Amino acid sequence: MNDIPATVAVTGMNAKPDNPGPGVAVARCIRESPEFSGKIVGLGYDALDPGLYLKQYCDSGHLLPYPSTGDEALLNALKILNERENIDVLIPCLDAELPGIVRLRPLIEEMGIKVFLPTPEQLRLRNKDRLTELAQLAGIQCPDIKSVTHAGFFYKCQDEGWSYPLVVKGLFYDAKIAYTADEAADAFRHIAAEWGYPVLVQQMVKGEEYNLTAVGDGHGNMLGEVMMKKMAVTDKGKAWSGVSIFDQALYDASAALVKAIQWRGPLEVEVMRDKHGQYQLIEINPRFPAWIYLSVGVNRNLPLTLLKLALDQDIEPFPEPQTGILFIRYAIENIVPMADFESVVMSGGLSNLSQ
Amino acid sequence: MVNSNNEAPAIPSADTLRRLAISESGFVFDPVSGHNFTVNDTGLTILRSLQHEQDFTHLLQELQQEYDANPSDIERDVIEFIGMLREFVGE
Repeated sequence: MNDIPATVAVTGMNAKPDNPGPGVAVARCIRESPEFSGKIVGLGYDALDPGLYLKQYCDSGHLLPYPSTGDEALLNALKILNERENIDVLIPCLDAELPGIVRLRPLIEEMGIKVFLPTPEQLRLRNKDRLTELAQLAGIQCPDIKSVTHAGFFYKCQDEGWSYPLVVKGLFYDAKIAYTADEAADAFRHIAAEWGYPVLVQQMVKGEEYNLTAVGDGHGNMLGEVMMKKMAVTDKGKAWSGVSIFDQALYDASAALVKAIQWRGPLEVEVMRDKHGQYQLIEINPRFPAWIYLSVGVNRNLPLTLLKLALDQDIEPFPEPQTGILFIRYAIENIVPMADFESVVMSGGLSNLSQ
Repeated sequence: MVNSNNEAPAIPSADTLRRLAISESGFVFDPVSGHNFTVNDTGLTILRSLQHEQDFTHLLQELQQEYDANPSDIERDVIEFIGMLREFVGE
């Protein structure tokens, strides 16, 4: 068994129960591995991000500047953090931060921080507005999707062959189901105000949602796939409980996708399965999902795999896919001393959480 | 012995049915679709029969030997059960 004494910085420590970020789960996967003996640095964007204070998973917690503040602010923050924490590997977990971190990868690596991420071109390929191309690469169907820049579209879209209900989506986050033109226009304005343009519209697909997560090795191979059927969702459609499955068709489509774009890094493939068992590609996320702890449940610790790849360590063969393992998420209150909160608010961070 | 339309119901394929994890309690899990459902003792017997017997007429004969019930009742119940099963396994 390896010993990994690395310092790993993990972003996405937000964890509101209706839409948690993946960071806490990623940190938990790594922390609980008997192979890991290093430190975990939790990174968030808000002083109330719960993961910053979870001493069982993070040795320290720090705030980053929001991605909208630009590359220079992020780079400066990482430099300061690296001087303090001596980071070996950075695992970004949020869609919105991926473009900046991928762009800055050479400069981040110059600091001695390793990442295992796609190239900027690979990242662009999986943009939501290029889903149709990706579906063709994967050999599966996908619902019509279109970039929209004005709300007037929703009042005449039926002339172009669209029919309600539609799903209105932000480029990075958020999706709202609209049953009428007025609802769609409201969703459009809300999403544009929060996440900017373009806003995407996707034809609603009826069926059950299935997700696959894995790591692409950058040479066309998909490693350690874990598939899950959502059993219960939050009001925002996020998995609240799920069960591990194995479907060869979903495996084949995802493996074809990873091979076609030579994906490097974690990914999540979201599909809908209709009553005839046919899949429709809904989305591809360039990161681990919030339910990634299920990978530990099925003995395929994917965040640990990613860490090993970033450190250029060998990956052992994965055990056979294990089906019928459930996760049921729950919310819990963490007690936080005011001094810890004060430290995050005033200094942007909190060290020695585990002491 | 077939239904009133003189057509045997479409039975989910043996491969599909053999992939099901069936417990003694009647809890059934499909590892491909992720669906789960429960069956009673009779359903459990029919499901296990269907895993190796795909001929509807033979299946009814097997069940008639096992159960002391009107053959038309058995046929009706089995057709209904197969219909539900098809929905559960997505065929």
